[in-house]
Amino acid sequence: MNIAEHLPVLVIVIPLMSAVIIPLAGRANSLYSWYITVAVTFSCFLISSSLLNTVMNTGRISYWLGGWEPPWGIEYVIDYLNGFVLVVVSFILFIVSLYARKSIEMEIDEDKTTTFYSIYLLFAAGLMGIINTGDIFNLYVFIEIASLAGYALIAAGRKREALMASYNYLILGTIAATFILLGIGYLYMATGTLNMADLREKLPALYDSKVVLTAFAFFTVGLSLKLALFPLHIWLPNAYAYSPSVVGAVMAATATKVGAYAMLRIMFTVFRVDFDPEAVPVTKILLVLSSIAIIAGSVLAIAQTTIKRMLAYSSVGQIGYIVLGAALVNQTAMTGSILHILNHALMKGTLFLATGAVVYKTGIDDISGLRGMGRKMPFSMAAFTIGGLSMIGVPLTVGFVSKWYIAVGALNAGMWYFVPVILLSSLLTTVYFWRIIESIYFPRKTKDRGQGAGGRGQNTERRTQSADINTPESEIYGEAPLGMLIPTLILAGLCIFFGVAAFLPVSVAEKTAAMLLGGM
Amino acid sequence: MEAVQSAMPLYAVAVSLIAVVLIGVSGGRPNLREFWTIAASVLKFSIVASMLPAILDGKVIEYTLFTLFPGLDISFRVDALGIFFALTASSLWIITSFYSIGYVRAEKEHAQTRYFMCFAIALSATIGVAFSANLLTMFVFYEALTLCTFPLVGHKETPEAMAGARKYLTYLLGTSLAFLMFAVVLTYNVSGTLDFSPKGILAGTASNTVLAVIFVLFMAGTAKAAMMPLHSWLPAAMVAPTPVSALLHAVAVVKTGVFVVVRIVLHVFGVKLLSDTGLGTALVYYASFTIIVASTIALRQDNLKARLAYSTISQLSYVVLGVALLSPSGITGGVMHIVLHAFGKITLFFTAGAIYVATHKTKVSELNGIGKKMPFTMAAFTIAAVSMIGIPPFGGFISKWYLFMGAAEASQIPVIVVIATSTILNACYFLPVVHAAFFKDADESTVKGSPSLSGASSIKEAPVLMVAPLALTAIGVLALFFEPSVFLELARMVVSGVTGNN
Repeated sequence: MNIAEHLPVLVIVIPLMSAVIIPLAGRANSLYSWYITVAVTFSCFLISSSLLNTVMNTGRISYWLGGWEPPWGIEYVIDYLNGFVLVVVSFILFIVSLYARKSIEMEIDEDKTTTFYSIYLLFAAGLMGIINTGDIFNLYVFIEIASLAGYALIAAGRKREALMASYNYLILGTIAATFILLGIGYLYMATGTLNMADLREKLPALYDSKVVLTAFAFFTVGLSLKLALFPLHIWLPNAYAYSPSVVGAVMAATATKVGAYAMLRIMFTVFRVDFDPEAVPVTKILLVLSSIAIIAGSVLAIAQTTIKRMLAYSSVGQIGYIVLGAALVNQTAMTGSILHILNHALMKGTLFLATGAVVYKTGIDDISGLRGMGRKMPFSMAAFTIGGLSMIGVPLTVGFVSKWYIAVGALNAGMWYFVPVILLSSLLTTVYFWRIIESIYFPRKTKDRGQGAGGRGQNTERRTQSADINTPESEIYGEAPLGMLIPTLILAGLCIFFGVAAFLPVSVAEKTAAMLLGGM
Repeated sequence: MEAVQSAMPLYAVAVSLIAVVLIGVSGGRPNLREFWTIAASVLKFSIVASMLPAILDGKVIEYTLFTLFPGLDISFRVDALGIFFALTASSLWIITSFYSIGYVRAEKEHAQTRYFMCFAIALSATIGVAFSANLLTMFVFYEALTLCTFPLVGHKETPEAMAGARKYLTYLLGTSLAFLMFAVVLTYNVSGTLDFSPKGILAGTASNTVLAVIFVLFMAGTAKAAMMPLHSWLPAAMVAPTPVSALLHAVAVVKTGVFVVVRIVLHVFGVKLLSDTGLGTALVYYASFTIIVASTIALRQDNLKARLAYSTISQLSYVVLGVALLSPSGITGGVMHIVLHAFGKITLFFTAGAIYVATHKTKVSELNGIGKKMPFTMAAFTIAAVSMIGIPPFGGFISKWYLFMGAAEASQIPVIVVIATSTILNACYFLPVVHAAFFKDADESTVKGSPSLSGASSIKEAPVLMVAPLALTAIGVLALFFEPSVFLELARMVVSGVTGNN
């Protein structure tokens, strides 16, 4: 028996089993649980890379769980799309787990750290499962695993608001899962199968069926909620803002990406690209919603006073890009959309990790808390700046590449009016990042510091808090520990690397787009 | 046209970036730090100059740095127009470096290391724009220039300085992200390429309406050219220290703006397309509007730097106007004006800075009799001012002459009137300064203006590190009248490239 054959399932089984082992190991020493987490996520990343490599060389991998032949047994399928997403997600999971130790020590009670890592791996297993599975019911199971773990992760912080945010997400997430389950039920009713490839064969004959239409609608709504497409995003800002920094980073960089993946999977491989029901003009609705998401996310981000909430709203906008690219339904835009899964994971990961470093050092994530940080934490802030420039879409960063593809794709589709949408959002993004970059590097003189604060009444309390930060004793803040700094810098470096050597991800994304829009 | 592969353009861009690191690490030792600035500026100029013979031979130098993804790469291409601009900017950087050192030391400015680092990056970006082979590369350097000059404009970090800097950033970054990027994407979409070509790349690719839209977006996107109504960042940016205003806002930043306009007019749209569609004529009248209005506003400015700023706005549009005439002499005049205005205006800013350092005066109305105290400075001012007006034997005459010829060739009689009117306006806002400096009596009128005149007798020339550079650039203005041949030859090559006589 060749172990390599089993990689598609090992990438799920390893974190799942380790999640059980960790509480035992943590009993001996809570640090062991961190070691295991890093080792497991790293092996997941290695396996994912090897899987993507195999797919690139030899094509689609199909793995029959327990040897049962599909469509009866559960099938795991790796193709360009999920090979790519798998690498992105497992890499982020690995980088964040590297970063997690110090941050978690600071933000989570000590007796909970072991449990935290256990749930983290459960979450990882859920995400890997969603990505790998070729079975639509299995997809639902993994969505639930990932979601339940996610609720727990969000609630892990000390902040009371985190419980509320988690509960809020729990309610909405459950509604979403129910919608998805209903969709699955209807599809099964109409076709009698749960295997994705099999569904793809059987569905075209039933495109006119009301049952199939309803299923599609349920899927769209459920997945839109999961990936926080405007206006179904309301659970997201609080969930990101009140959770521990590590969780914010990992959720922003992976969970919504996996949601986007699931949507692409359902829309373009379970259903086909030519499925465009007249009764429900899904792509048109998604185009409109994603445009609104892009603009509204940016506008709302401007209005925020804490960094994490700002980043969360900016995520809402960025998810809009992924959906917009997909809904334009052409090769170039789809390439951009898939690239954006990687690019947004990198840049938002960078930003959340850099913010986490500030929170670690100062304990607050208020925007004014970053004032003058350029001198105190030069490397973290350099990473933050790179992330910010990338979000704006400055050339030679990853943000530019995906925006370019989506913009050119919009023009190719003859829908030029989406280009101003993208550019407007770039402008808005500049507004909310520049004010931070400016206060990082050009702190105002002491005299007028109070001036800007006085204007907005509700913030006075926070500002006073931050004024303390600027007292001389704050000068002792140095750079974050290396364990946090290095992962942050790796992500920031990749923001530049894949912005310059963009042809590497582009070559994969182009094949993926061709696969989604053409045959399997 | 023969293309030579060489990494020289990359070195020309990179040399000051390497200097940035050296300047940064020797921040504690000012003399060593300034040595790096000078060394980088001299080296940069040498590298640029070393490429000149090949260009004059009719070759172009190409270098591809890397490919982002198929269809888009970051690459350099040195042609006559590019080296023309690079020579101007890099030669003036050497002089400005000396002047900067004199200025910041005399004024005991804070954050000097940051100042010199940003200056060096700005020059890299400027040369990068000059040598860009395609719109994307140009866009990258164009944005980099905006970002790295922000700390220079806001150098003083006072609320006014930050407000000025923010306005600067808003205008330049905002327009380029919204309009220039849009234009670039549209260009790529219709033509499938972003590489500059002497014949343009857009001809016959789309309907005239679409092309007109792209053209308008391009023009709106290059706010650095300070064409009205997107000019008001320039006076706002005058809060910067004077050497910054001198090099960046008379030479590097604004000239980058007009250079981009020239590139787009000649090498993206092409002469034929613009004359067929009438867009060139539209641009001529648009530029004429800016020329007249900005000159008129300059008349009313009492702050010397503000007057120079509006004069810059007006003079920049000469370049645009000349090139938009699309006639051989017009293009020659426009391109020549890049270097001639650069030398003249940098001299004027240098003198404004010298006056400020010596007397802390910023208003025109306070300058009565100053010519007797600061004869060298004011002599240089006079030379530059007269050159700006366009009187021989000073450099400014050459470009004005070609502009007149160009207007005649293009049968644009109104344009001749515009240039003539503007010449009169130039005289109206420059000559009173000269008159006041040399022919008015110092005591009687300044007493009421500034009580500090008790110290007037102690006013003397600014430090030699400031006076020598401004004397040099003034001599440059003179020299360019008698020996413009290198620049004229380059301008002629630009013209023959785009009009198809080769």
